[in-house]
Amino acid sequence: MSFRTSPATRVTSGFAGRLARLSWVDAVVAAAVLVLFYVVLQVGHGTTVRFSTDQSIKVDTDPGRLPYDAARSLLRMFIALAASIVFTFGYALAAAKSRRLERILIPALDILQSVPVLGFLTVAVTGFIALFPGSMLGLECASIFAIFTSQAWNMTFGFYHSLTSLPRELDELSRSFRFTRWMRFWRVEVPSGMISLVWNGMLSFGGGWFFLVASEAISVNNKDYALPGVGSYAGAAVTDGDLGKVGWAILTMAVMVIGVNFLFWRPLTAWAEKFKNEQSEASEVQRSVVLDFLRRSNWPRLLGTVLRPVGRALSGAGRVFGTDDRPLHVDGARRRTGDITFTVVAGALILWGLFDLGRYLHDETGLGVFGEPLLLGLATLARVVVLVAVATVVWVPIGVKIGFSPRLTRIAQPVVQVLASFPANFLFPLAVWFFLKTGLSINIGGILLMALGAQWYILFNTIAGAMSIPSDLREAMDDLGVRGLQRWKRLILPGVFPSYVTGGITASGGAWNASIVAEVVTFGGTTLTATGLGAYIAKATASGDFPHLLAGVAVMSLYVVGLNRLLWRRLYRLADTRFAL
Amino acid sequence: MVLNTLRTLRNARHAVAAPAPRPADGEVLLETVGLTKAYAGADGELPVLGGIDLQVRAGEVVALLGKSGSGKSTLLRCLAGLVPPSSGTVSYRGAPLTGANPGTAMVFQTFALLPWLTVLQNVELGLEARGVPADARSDAARQAIDLIGLDGFESAYPKELSGGMRQRVGFARALVVEPDVLMMDEPFSALDVLTAENLRGELMELWESGQFPTRAIVLVTHNIEEAVLMADRIVVLGSRPYGTIRETFEVGLDRPRDRNAPAFEELIDRVYRTMTGRAKETRLPGRPEGLEPDRRTPANTPLPGASVDGLSGLAEMVAHRGGSCDLADLADDLGLEIDDVLPLVDALELLGFAAVSGDDLVLTDRGTTFAGADVRRSKEIFAAAAPDAPLVRLITTSLRQSPDGTLRAGFFRDVLAHHYTSEQVAQQLETATDWGRYAELYGYDAEREEYRLDAGATA
Repeated sequence: MSFRTSPATRVTSGFAGRLARLSWVDAVVAAAVLVLFYVVLQVGHGTTVRFSTDQSIKVDTDPGRLPYDAARSLLRMFIALAASIVFTFGYALAAAKSRRLERILIPALDILQSVPVLGFLTVAVTGFIALFPGSMLGLECASIFAIFTSQAWNMTFGFYHSLTSLPRELDELSRSFRFTRWMRFWRVEVPSGMISLVWNGMLSFGGGWFFLVASEAISVNNKDYALPGVGSYAGAAVTDGDLGKVGWAILTMAVMVIGVNFLFWRPLTAWAEKFKNEQSEASEVQRSVVLDFLRRSNWPRLLGTVLRPVGRALSGAGRVFGTDDRPLHVDGARRRTGDITFTVVAGALILWGLFDLGRYLHDETGLGVFGEPLLLGLATLARVVVLVAVATVVWVPIGVKIGFSPRLTRIAQPVVQVLASFPANFLFPLAVWFFLKTGLSINIGGILLMALGAQWYILFNTIAGAMSIPSDLREAMDDLGVRGLQRWKRLILPGVFPSYVTGGITASGGAWNASIVAEVVTFGGTTLTATGLGAYIAKATASGDFPHLLAGVAVMSLYVVGLNRLLWRRLYRLADTRFAL
Repeated sequence: MVLNTLRTLRNARHAVAAPAPRPADGEVLLETVGLTKAYAGADGELPVLGGIDLQVRAGEVVALLGKSGSGKSTLLRCLAGLVPPSSGTVSYRGAPLTGANPGTAMVFQTFALLPWLTVLQNVELGLEARGVPADARSDAARQAIDLIGLDGFESAYPKELSGGMRQRVGFARALVVEPDVLMMDEPFSALDVLTAENLRGELMELWESGQFPTRAIVLVTHNIEEAVLMADRIVVLGSRPYGTIRETFEVGLDRPRDRNAPAFEELIDRVYRTMTGRAKETRLPGRPEGLEPDRRTPANTPLPGASVDGLSGLAEMVAHRGGSCDLADLADDLGLEIDDVLPLVDALELLGFAAVSGDDLVLTDRGTTFAGADVRRSKEIFAAAAPDAPLVRLITTSLRQSPDGTLRAGFFRDVLAHHYTSEQVAQQLETATDWGRYAELYGYDAEREEYRLDAGATA
């Protein structure tokens, strides 16, 4: 009866045995952590350097500076990610727990994620510089804020959804055993939402590179600001018209994207497997070499021993938030009074804001300011539509081909994922150089630039869709001799449709956002400007023209929301009801 | 010894809170007075429970027995303070509940284990919530794990365990907080027959041994035998028109109970008759089939949730046994619960294919022909019988009166919404669609949400 030995002895002997086998694995992990700390400290030090708004910063384009620049960029990305997580917890909790707040917060989130983030960069930069006068921190914050606003929304949506769709028995477990609110959050709610949090985080992070590049070097109020980073390095190289240095920057970017994927997101997704709420071992699981390596070392265990008392202390402190309980009796009259007060106050605030905004626009430019962007929006809309249509015709057949072949999938999927998260604006200079050579108009070429980033969403979602078509359905079609056009009509298109719609929404949203940087492009002193809403916003940003900026951003949000409601939502519903496999 | 440790721990813990002493046998732990519960339906409040007066005393095992839809799980959740009653009171040791009941702990049908925590961590949850220090709660959890026969599995994750082992974790987790009342919501119904039997036996042995850390058990089940095996008192809940206490049986049998004892079988039969309700309420004297077909309406005679395949399967099986068989035996032989068979029986009765007499299900002539026919013929017979089902008849006649032979599903939904919850409405229409399609009376276009008269049925 060996397993009947007292548990206490088992633990100690296990631990001692572990320590005896302290190996090179542990040494490597320890060294890696040490280096990481050192780098963060070194790099972090640079963010507090003094600067004044009068001096325009000259970016040093010595390729030897690239590692340092890359580290600064990475630090920004991770700080933004941390901020997104904190925001996600706060916002999603508030929306999920408060009936009243929910009615405002969730529609607001829906709008926020349709707003072209880049349009707000100006406001953010001015605001943050005022907040930290005389320090680079203001610019840093503005850049981080831009990345944050591109990351936070879908993480928040995902977490809110997992909070509200918590399995009923887990909710009852928590209340029946009188969990503290703190316990409910950390033991039940966060773990339940962990998978969605990690995967949404990974997707957002991939999208964030784009905004990193766009926000590191920016002109506001006719002044150029630049932070040390890969994006600004590339920007400076472009201004110089030095294609060699642009190449170095692209290479660095590629290394960063792949490296972060390999060292951070892969291990994290593999680790998140343990939060799958399923009752049996899954056949296909995410794996990561890095995670396996970490698990082989003793560090997780040692860290656990050190952190456990901290966790306990926090858990003890968390008791102040009270017990997870819901009163059985609700006072109807008091509740109604609360509802009415809330509605009146919220409504008044919004009305007041609207009134003030209207007056501001009226005083500055007159309300006719909306006319021009509305017209220009049609041009950009046409670009987005062409882009999505062409990308669909090109990538759906290829995606299906890849998805049906396990061998091709294994090769193609990681590549496409990297392509999708690679910031397309990095490649713009090359494209402009190409346009100048061939004389292609930016009005047409803009579509190409927007497509550089957006098309991949359609491709990789189609691959995922094709993979999800059960092989017995394909065998049945083979068996019945269904091939060619009929096969596409009866099996393949309906099968990939739900995933395709997801890809289409993301691609079209991404394209709108990209239009702000794709409709005005510069290379070595030449600036090409297309006719469109993106160019309108970019121009307003550069000259610090707030009324026009506001109008442009509002109109673009209107277009995005309209397109989502009128087209994508309906396709989504169709996919849900008719084509769900 | 185990118990001593648990006791010491409890005393140490409670030294701070200075709790009421352990309740003596017979003391009323849980009590409901005039408890009703209604959920918001499509057309106002729809009652689920009506006028429940129930007491649970220290030292007894109470089984809440009923078909699905009888509100037994809702009643359990009202007792646990998880669901607010619409009217009436629930009290624990004399004090009305204002939130989750502090004296109960729940064992769930689907286990409700947190897959990201080990067995030990799962068991510790309740103690952690009470702020028991880490060392003490780990000790107590290990004792409980020992008690319930899980030792050796402390560091396993739930997904590595079999169903039976998972439910043991559920029991250990509830027992370690030593609630006055253990609440069990169909704890064995997700397990296979042998595992359930084994776990049931071990649990009752523990209860009998006097080592049990709780003072009473409330068990929700739809399994009559389980109720008779385990309970001291069986409360049968009826479902029409809403959950009420139909009858209460005191079980005086000694434990361990012998299934083959005549008294045991006799009690099962009595409970069975009460539960199916055939002896009493729904049937008026001299009217063997409940309401006459022409007095049935979609409101007073809901369609049972039975598919055409299911009910013809049952008909064939009965025909195979000579056209009549004992219902309890049939369910038993198939390894099915009463819940699974009753809708099929109701469907056969409604269509005039079979009748229940006493404990037996007897095929009518129509039913015998139906069971023996080939596909074409059985469709014809079914088509002739289906209009006996009021909702099928309603849909068919309404479609005939409609100029183009089509009607939106929303029309029927509205008609039914006065009498059923939206879930029930969906189930009613689903069954009606299935039956109507098979009978080729009408078709349903799911995309346009529209019923359309079948070409052959216009005549």
